[in-house]
Amino acid sequence: MAGNHDTFPRLMLEHARVRPDHPATREKDLGIWQTWTWRQVADEVRALACGLAAQGFRRGMHLAIIGDNRPRLYWSMLAAQCLGGVPVPMYQDAPAAEFMFVLNDAEIDFAVVEDQEQVDKVLEAKPQVPTLAHIYYDDPRGMRNYEGVTSFERLQQVGREFDRANPGFFDAEVANGRTDDVSVMLYTSGTTGKPKGVRQTHHAFISAAAGGCGFDKLGPDDSILSYLPMAWVGDHLFSLAQWVYAGFTINCPESGDTVMTDLREIGPTYYFAPPRVFENLLTQVMIRMEDASRPKRWIFHRFMDVARRCGAELLDGRPVATGDRLGYALGQLLVYGPLRNVLGMSRIRVAYTAGAAIGPDLFRFYRSIGINLKQLYGSTETCAYVCLQPDGGVKLDTVGLPAPGVEVRIADGGEVLVRGPMLLKEYYKRPDATAESIDGEGFFHTGDAGYFDSDGHLKIIDRAKDVGKLRNGGIFAPNYIENKVKFFPHIKEAVAFGDGRDMVCAFVNIDIGSVGNWAERRGLAYSGYTDLAAKPEVYELIRECVEQVNAEFAADPAVADSQIHRFLVLHKELDPDDDELTRTRKVRRGFVAEKYAVLIDALYSGKAVQHIATQVKFEDGRTGMVAADLVIAEAKTFTSDVAQRAA
Amino acid sequence: MSAESERRIGDVILALENISLAFGGVKALSDVSFDVREHEIRAIIGPNGAGKSSMLNVINGVYHPQLGRITFRGTQRKQMVPHEAARQGIARTFQNIALFKGMTVLDNIMTGRNLRMKATIVEQAIHFGRAKREELENRAKVEEIIDFLQIQHIRKTPVGRLPYGLMKRVELARALAAEPSLLLLDEPMAGMNVEEKQDMCRFILDVNEQYGTTMVLIEHDMGVVMDISDRVVVLDYGRKIGDGTPDEVRANKAVIDAYLGVAH
Repeated sequence: MAGNHDTFPRLMLEHARVRPDHPATREKDLGIWQTWTWRQVADEVRALACGLAAQGFRRGMHLAIIGDNRPRLYWSMLAAQCLGGVPVPMYQDAPAAEFMFVLNDAEIDFAVVEDQEQVDKVLEAKPQVPTLAHIYYDDPRGMRNYEGVTSFERLQQVGREFDRANPGFFDAEVANGRTDDVSVMLYTSGTTGKPKGVRQTHHAFISAAAGGCGFDKLGPDDSILSYLPMAWVGDHLFSLAQWVYAGFTINCPESGDTVMTDLREIGPTYYFAPPRVFENLLTQVMIRMEDASRPKRWIFHRFMDVARRCGAELLDGRPVATGDRLGYALGQLLVYGPLRNVLGMSRIRVAYTAGAAIGPDLFRFYRSIGINLKQLYGSTETCAYVCLQPDGGVKLDTVGLPAPGVEVRIADGGEVLVRGPMLLKEYYKRPDATAESIDGEGFFHTGDAGYFDSDGHLKIIDRAKDVGKLRNGGIFAPNYIENKVKFFPHIKEAVAFGDGRDMVCAFVNIDIGSVGNWAERRGLAYSGYTDLAAKPEVYELIRECVEQVNAEFAADPAVADSQIHRFLVLHKELDPDDDELTRTRKVRRGFVAEKYAVLIDALYSGKAVQHIATQVKFEDGRTGMVAADLVIAEAKTFTSDVAQRAA
Repeated sequence: MSAESERRIGDVILALENISLAFGGVKALSDVSFDVREHEIRAIIGPNGAGKSSMLNVINGVYHPQLGRITFRGTQRKQMVPHEAARQGIARTFQNIALFKGMTVLDNIMTGRNLRMKATIVEQAIHFGRAKREELENRAKVEEIIDFLQIQHIRKTPVGRLPYGLMKRVELARALAAEPSLLLLDEPMAGMNVEEKQDMCRFILDVNEQYGTTMVLIEHDMGVVMDISDRVVVLDYGRKIGDGTPDEVRANKAVIDAYLGVAH
């Protein structure tokens, strides 16, 4: 897009001019997909913007947006932008107390909310939010007896009257917008301290949208399902920025519970989901296959073997033997095609996942049945746009190449630094935080540690603050090591040590379900977790896993030093009740190191056995002791060139 | 069933006077009188075997009392059969769910619209003209109810595969599809867990508020009854022993004795 289409409202009006009858927004309402064309969307936004203006919304003000993905909420964001205001989408599932912080921090006067549930929460927060004066709701259900709130229809009606009385107003306001105006304020999740409002300009989000659309060749004929929280930067990029940039169609599901059905009905061409969604889908498929008749199961497993062998290679356009090619074509007809259809992924050209580590089996499964699943890397501060995996160059453990227009640099400590047009303008009212995260050269400090592999792909390994150094200077990224180990279904939890030491050692928790099942199939009797964990057979099983990880590490010179030399299987499961894990099941590294100091000493002092007694808290609140003599096992390590030859 | 109807308790729409019902020598109801006002939620409570379900069956014409007068919307009722009750705007749900297990949720709710379809079976079979138009109109109404009761996600699921709480909700949806002026609920919350009960209470109140539907409900859970009803009738061994607001009933000595027992 050329010319002065450098703000979202101007882009929207351009679509209304160029493709007035092209579908822009769909929503399933009362069982039927309703469509709004670009012309209709522009008209709705115009009425809204005029309504807000008539009620006193002015340039630079903030408009809170709270609710599930509804067309009107997306339009409200555009309406605020038309007036030079800033939409502030908020997480709709947060309790009223959390609303309060954001509403106050952003000095919200106007809020557009979805339904009664959200209105109740906003009204609960209102007494503590002195600025909040105007509340509009989308869904009138249950709203009859509320006072001091206005319906969406009423707001648009006011707007249409205002528009008739001031005909030039709307166009003048849109013309007044500048590309470096702030277009949206997104709050960081606040896992580290209070949430911060990240201010992004039109220019930043349009650059990110343009880069992404160009990279994956997205155009007006694409279609996506908008179902992830509107307050999340990813949704803002896909469902607003790229939507208004490329002019494709966004589809809003009927409700949170119907997403899978809606996905199938819409058959999007472009899809985003966090790893857990892909995992749930796969689990459902597998469960249904288990229930299928024997011939169907046989066909499924036969062809999934073929897909595993060559599906991903075919997707990447790499050479594949003719026999496999034929097998895959047949599988396409019998298994992969119908399966993609059931998943609602028949039309998908590009699917992305991000946000957490995705398991290798999971990733390979989707790619092998012909779904172009890729990973990306970014954050709220970078419009979710830093690295993308190119078609034909997808690697499981990297996040891809720096995206067009983005510079990525690795700092001395391993931290990933990025620079480009998509960087945040500032944190709202937090000049200290802004100064801290953007350095003199304009690089943003992501807080993530990573490195480039030999193909120039960025590999994110850990949070920068967790990364340490081995005594020989090699990098030590505990989460990276632990995640690698934890991908084995037999291993539930792992804690790696090595900062300031000569080598890496680890504690391992077995997965009682998976290993228990394994033991039963072998006729191995055990009485409980502690007993099972101490079995020599189990140690052997875990050793194999650890050695596989070591071989993988050895093949990559950057992490060759991270190979696990010695490990032990803990006598009890790490548990949030014993303060060893957080409630979200993250290891509390410092606490564990202190509590099990004797075991760490044993790992590094070369002892073969160590006695330990630990106090545990049972679920009913009583406490007891668990004692065991733990065996410390050695794992084979590899030198990098041996591994390379093997690989 | 207009969306604008206010929730305002109006005049008596159903009056039961001196109802007595006996099956051979067993007296299920003796000399029970009470009335139901428009837009109210009226509860019938009582220990097991008190005659609650019999009372409901009398109201919708399944049982015919030997004595007594029933006046519904100003007309005194003669012998009546259930489908006539349905025609007059009385719908009900059952204590033991009575849905078509093999049919989808949507189809089950559509059956609630049956009385409103005028097309003949032949027209419906070829799905043409009047039949098609009616189907579309009725489907729109059903979708409104599906949205109202938040069961969009199970629209196409066979009822037999649903958990109990959702089946109950589907049954309520089917009763609502008939756009009843009087809705009879036979233990709508039996066998539900606390969360399902809360949901159901919310829906009953919402229906009453949104559509102004008058309801008569039987319920064992005292907390529920006291929270959502406007007035309560208490039966014991087929006799009425109390009638009034939840607070009045709670303070009624005969009711306390019936529920807690008395030392004889």
